[in-house]
Amino acid sequence: MLNAILILLSCQLAGEAISRGLGLPIPGPVIGMALLFAGLQLRARIWPDAPGVDAMPLGAVAAFLLANLSLLFVPAGAGIVSHAATLAAHGAGLAVALVASTALTLVVTALVFVKVAGWTGKDGAP
Amino acid sequence: MKPELLWVYLSASPLLWLSLTLLAYALADRLSLAVGRSPLINPVLIAVGILSALLWITRTPYAVYFDGAQFVHFLLGPATVALAVPLHRNWPVVRRALLPVAAALVAGAATAVVSAVGIAWLFGAPYEVLAALAPKSVTAAIAMGVAREIGGEPSLTATLVISTGILGAIMVTPLMNAMGLTDYRARGFAAGIASHGIGTARAFQVDPVAGTFAGIAMGLNGLVTALLVPLLAGWLR
Repeated sequence: MLNAILILLSCQLAGEAISRGLGLPIPGPVIGMALLFAGLQLRARIWPDAPGVDAMPLGAVAAFLLANLSLLFVPAGAGIVSHAATLAAHGAGLAVALVASTALTLVVTALVFVKVAGWTGKDGAP
Repeated sequence: MKPELLWVYLSASPLLWLSLTLLAYALADRLSLAVGRSPLINPVLIAVGILSALLWITRTPYAVYFDGAQFVHFLLGPATVALAVPLHRNWPVVRRALLPVAAALVAGAATAVVSAVGIAWLFGAPYEVLAALAPKSVTAAIAMGVAREIGGEPSLTATLVISTGILGAIMVTPLMNAMGLTDYRARGFAAGIASHGIGTARAFQVDPVAGTFAGIAMGLNGLVTALLVPLLAGWLR
């Protein structure tokens, strides 16, 4: 448990150091995710008989965090109410842009994904 | 201790608002479960509604609230790192989908930026608002940095990012069902592109493969949008 938390925090810390140190536009936690992924892949390569990540405390801690991912957006979400006046000041245009653009993005992304997956003939849909 | 004094003491300690954040979310999550994870009952939206009402009734400034809630907010970082675990677990599935991932990433990232800016521009929004709106589909940390870089107001961007996240999380399931789209890789990937972490949270509620693809989409879109928006901004100005 403690080790799992330590692994997550060290990856994030290394990610922050790389992001800030090199002045990259990618946030530290995203680099941290890449580092942890690389580490897990490497571990599986050099130690194929190792217990899978789900048998490690890291698997349990990750599952716990991701099962409650919605909770983690609540503090930032509560902050948007203080900016409600800014939103209202820009009127209907912003609201229409948000709703229409989000719907369009969902549709375009999913359709392109499915079309290209069909062309490449590797339709791994479950 | 007199009730007023007790309130003064409790409202100044992080314990109160930390507990209330967890309580509001526990209630919202219970409600979401009770309606079979219906997309309309979004737990983020319900919990934010409860807390906003509490903050308004008790006239608590957001900064005081955040003193307590920051412990929850902090976990966003480790949770982002933790996305590596489902990515590693589902890597064989992801590796076979690299081409659709790349194509949908470019198409989705461009659609998110161009459609939002285009519609708001038609409504006569000024440049500063367009600049704040352009990165709305990516995770708040990236979006605020991009907006600042091109002359948008970062706090407006944060509001637009959270709103987009909640909207996408509510819309994705009914939209995909209406389109008859059953590929959970595509559904999750779309949720992550359009509505970052809040869309990813929704995707994990529905299906683990959808959640994995949403997490990848969120990370990749952050990268593409950070490169794309400054290019577009030069052309808009």
